[in-house]
Amino acid sequence: MPITYTSGEQVEVYRFSFPVTIGIPLLALFVQAFVPLRFPRFAVYFDLPLLVTIFFAMARRSPISGLLTGSVIGLAQDMLGHNPIGLYGIAKTVVGYGASSLGVKLDVENAGARFLVTLAFYLVHAAVYFTVARGMVNMTQTWSWPHGIVAGLANAFLGVLLYFLLDKFKQRT
Amino acid sequence: MESVLGRYRNLIILVGVLFLQVLGLAMQVKKSGNDEEKTRLIRVWAVDAVTPFERAVVWAQNGSSSLWHNYFYLRGVRAENRQLKEQIEHMRLEQVRLSDDAAQARRLQILLAFKEQFISRTVAAQVIGSSGSDLSRIIYIDKGKNAGIEPDMAVMTSDGIVGKVLLVYPSVAQVLLISDQSSGVGAMLEKTRLQGVLRGTPNGEVALERVMSDEQVQVGETILTSGGDQIFPKGLPVGKVTEVGNGKDLFLNIKIKPAADLSKLEEVLVLIEKQEQPAQSEDAVHLRASDILAQRLPSVPDKPAADAKSAAAGTGTADAATPPQTPIKPQITKAARNSSGASSVHITPLPEPRTEPADGASTPSRKSDGTTVPTTAPTTAAEPDAAQIKPAVPRTKSGSPSTPSPPPPNSQPPVDQNSPQ
Repeated sequence: MPITYTSGEQVEVYRFSFPVTIGIPLLALFVQAFVPLRFPRFAVYFDLPLLVTIFFAMARRSPISGLLTGSVIGLAQDMLGHNPIGLYGIAKTVVGYGASSLGVKLDVENAGARFLVTLAFYLVHAAVYFTVARGMVNMTQTWSWPHGIVAGLANAFLGVLLYFLLDKFKQRT
Repeated sequence: MESVLGRYRNLIILVGVLFLQVLGLAMQVKKSGNDEEKTRLIRVWAVDAVTPFERAVVWAQNGSSSLWHNYFYLRGVRAENRQLKEQIEHMRLEQVRLSDDAAQARRLQILLAFKEQFISRTVAAQVIGSSGSDLSRIIYIDKGKNAGIEPDMAVMTSDGIVGKVLLVYPSVAQVLLISDQSSGVGAMLEKTRLQGVLRGTPNGEVALERVMSDEQVQVGETILTSGGDQIFPKGLPVGKVTEVGNGKDLFLNIKIKPAADLSKLEEVLVLIEKQEQPAQSEDAVHLRASDILAQRLPSVPDKPAADAKSAAAGTGTADAATPPQTPIKPQITKAARNSSGASSVHITPLPEPRTEPADGASTPSRKSDGTTVPTTAPTTAAEPDAAQIKPAVPRTKSGSPSTPSPPPPNSQPPVDQNSPQ
C-alpha cells in the first residue's frame, strides 16, 4: 500500500473547461514570448509555461493527464524557439508527471506547499533540460546554482500568486 | 501480465512519451543540415497560434502611444524644433566636408580596385515577439515572405547589426540575434583591421573569437562587420570592445557591447537586396587609374621638336637603343595598373650634372591617351629645371603624402642603366 499524506477522501480532483484548458497555456506562451520585449530579464528568471504545467498537473492529480499536458506545453514552447523540438517537451513531461504524482500523495492546496513544490520542480526542469541539451544536442550549457536558486525562488513566488488566480477556473468533478 | 501493465500503466506511458520525444530529438540532431525544413510545419502551427495576439497587442500599444505623443503630449516641441533646425544647419556644413572626403576615398578605392557592397533595399519591420527563453535568443518580426524577406538576410537598426533571418513565414519572420550561441558573424576591429568571428555566449553576451592572443586589442575599440559571412555588408557597426582577456587555445577572449540595444528592439531593418559593384566616382567614371595618376603627378614635359633636333645633330649618332655612357639612376615614383590591366612605370632620371651629351636617356613622355611611358630621347640639359624634378613621395589631393604602393605583378621592372644590357 503506497504511503500517502492525504487520504483518498481528502484529495480533490478538479477538471477545467475546454477554453481554459486551451486558453491558459496559450496565454502563458504568449506572455512568455511578449513580455521579454519590454522586460528582457523576464525570460531569464521566469517560465510561465512551467508554472501552468505544474498547476494543471497538481489540480488534475492524474499522472497521464499531467505528463501529456507537460508534453504539449513543452513542445509548443520548443516550437517558438530555434533549438531542436523536444528539449522543453521532455523536461516538462517529467515535471508534469512528477507534479501530478505528488499531487496525489500530498496536499498541495496551501501556499507553503505550492512554494516548495514549484521551487523543486523548477530545479528538476532545469536539470532535465541541461542534461538533454548537453548530452543529446551538444549545446553549450553552463550550470549555475546561484542562478538556479534565484530563478527557482522567483518562479515559486510568482507561482503561488498565479495558482490562486487560476484556482478560480477549477471545476469540481 | 495485465496486472503488471495496469500497475505500471502511468510509468509505461511516461516512458513511451519520453521515448517518442527523444526519438524525435535524435532525428533532428542527425539531420541537422535540413532540420529547419523537417520541423517547419509544426513550428508554423505554434507561430500562427501566438503571433496574432502579439501583433494585436503591439498594434494597440503603438496606437495608444502614438495618440498620446502626437496629439496630447506636445510640451517642448517648439523649442525642440528650433534646436533641430540649428542642428540641421551644422550638419549641412559637416555634410559638405564629408562629401569631399568621401569622394576622395572613393577615388582611392578605384585605384586599389576595391569592391563595395551597397545596401540597395531594406524593409522596415516591427518586432512583435521573442522565443521567451534565454536559451534561444530570437525575435519575431511582423514582415515575412510576402514582404520579400528570405532566410539569411541581414537585420539591423540604425545603430548596428541585430542578427539574421532564420525562418520565414508568410507574414512573420524569425530572426536569430547575434547574441545567440549558434550565431556567427564575420567581424573586424576598426583600427587594427584584425578579423574574427562574433558569437553569442550562453549567458547572452557577445564575444569576438579567433583573434590571436599576441595581438593588441584596446578596450573601447569599435568592431565592424568584415563582410566575410556573405550576409552582412562590410563596414556596418557591430559594437565596442568592453573586456579583453586571455581565452582558450591561444586566442583572446574579447567581450563586445553590441551597438544596437538587443534587449530593447522595436523596429528593425531587413536588408532584402544588396549589390556588389566596383566603386565608382561620380566625376571619374570614365577615367582610368593611370589617367588620374598622370594628371596628379608632375612629370617631365615633352621636349620641343626643335630641341630634339638640335640634340640629335649635336650627338650625331643618336641611337635610342644604345645605353648612355654616363650612369643615370632612374627613380621610380609610382606604378599603377590602369583599368585595362596594363601598368605604367614612371622613370625619371636624377638630376646629375653632365658635361658631355648623352647618346640616349630614358625619359618619360606622355602619350596621347594621357598615360606616361618611358621612352628614350637625347638629353642635353646639364642642369635640369628644378620644377621638372619629381618629388620622392607623391602627394594626395589633400596634401598628405600617400603611401607608396608596391608595383603590380605585371608591371615593368625598373630600368637600371648601370646593368649591362
